[in-house]
Amino acid sequence: MSTEGMTATSYIQHHLQNLVYGKLPSGYERGDGTILEQGTWTFAHTPKEAVDMGFMAINVDSMAWAIVLGVAFSFFFYRAAKKATTGVPDKWLNFLEMVVEIVDKNVKESFHAKSNLIAPLALTIFCWVFLMNLMDLIPVDILPKLAQLVGASVFDADPHHVYFKVVPTTDPNITFGISLTVFALIIYYSIKSKGIVGFIGELTLQPFGKWLIPFNFLLEGVSLLAKPVSLALRLFGNLYAGELIFILIAMLGYWQLPAHFIWAVFHILIIILQAFIFMMLTIIYLSLAVEHH
Amino acid sequence: MNFNATLIGQIFAFAIFVWFCMKFVWPLLLGMLEDRERRIADGLAAGERGEQKLKEAEQYLLDLVHEGKEKASEIITQAHKRGDEIIDEAKESARIEGKRILEATRGEIEQEKEVARQDLRQQVAELALIGAEQILMREVDRKVHNEVLNKISADL
Repeated sequence: MSTEGMTATSYIQHHLQNLVYGKLPSGYERGDGTILEQGTWTFAHTPKEAVDMGFMAINVDSMAWAIVLGVAFSFFFYRAAKKATTGVPDKWLNFLEMVVEIVDKNVKESFHAKSNLIAPLALTIFCWVFLMNLMDLIPVDILPKLAQLVGASVFDADPHHVYFKVVPTTDPNITFGISLTVFALIIYYSIKSKGIVGFIGELTLQPFGKWLIPFNFLLEGVSLLAKPVSLALRLFGNLYAGELIFILIAMLGYWQLPAHFIWAVFHILIIILQAFIFMMLTIIYLSLAVEHH
Repeated sequence: MNFNATLIGQIFAFAIFVWFCMKFVWPLLLGMLEDRERRIADGLAAGERGEQKLKEAEQYLLDLVHEGKEKASEIITQAHKRGDEIIDEAKESARIEGKRILEATRGEIEQEKEVARQDLRQQVAELALIGAEQILMREVDRKVHNEVLNKISADL
């Protein structure tokens, strides 16, 4: 725990709030009591303001980290791909090749149709989600503290108003952003391989035949919708809980040092596992979408 | 759980990263990996071929050595035989030579014998003449009796 004069609750709340940029409507009463005369684009100063901005707002921190990490992933792999020769690879290239081969093997084992998209999709999901999860291992106060410093000195902001969440996958927007794209691909591949009629038939004519179409549709619809929701919530839940435990450990005083270490060691497993599960389930859902029953 | 435009931003970002990976990363890396796999397989096959060839060469070498040994022993045998032959020939020619020398020597001896006999005859004729001279106590006229003396010495 870093900031003096903060209660445990406000410390946790502060850590779990994104840095939100959005539009506040005119006549809105801000957290400090001032009333806006006209609609204003601004950073939210309190969690309530962030909610009141509605949909037309953006979580600057998680979006920025997601993009930075995505660019880092693209950059490393692109450089490796450019440099790659059939000769003896150096250690870094060897490592990236290992990742590529793991992904390739899993895709080939689970997805039997031919597609140029699935393997790069799986690689991107695995690496990107892993990198975003990896942010969880950075001690919880470092980057938010740095952001507060920069916010206060460069942008002349009140440090209490500078929120900064560094793990993008603890933001449901990020996890749902990926899973909804996967969901769109599931529907696209279903229709592509079975036709619209086949896809609707699959949704309505099983498992109980044509006399129970509404019931079938309810059942199949739920199981279809459950795919993106479970994908996103599983990742979000795991990382959110992990982050929360890091925050709680940070309030233990000196005991946080061994406790942080132990939890971080466990967490290494979780962040890789969650990235891998997300990738595997994406491959499996898409292969189910392509296969005929 | 506060949904906002981040969701849309994330979908776009995701789409762009996947597209980039699909376009510029995956085909290059996988193509390279497949090439390398092929290259390694070729290398291993070449290595195996090399080993096979080495084995063949070793076998060939062994055969060659074996053959050489056989030839050498054959040559030695022949040489032994030839040596024996040469010795036999030498013995034979020595025997013949010896015989020849013996013959020649014998001829010489015969000749010498003949000469000695002639000489002896001469001397006997002289001795007989001297004896007859002394018996007769008088000078025998050599000229008168030469014919007789020659006849005697021829008879001896």
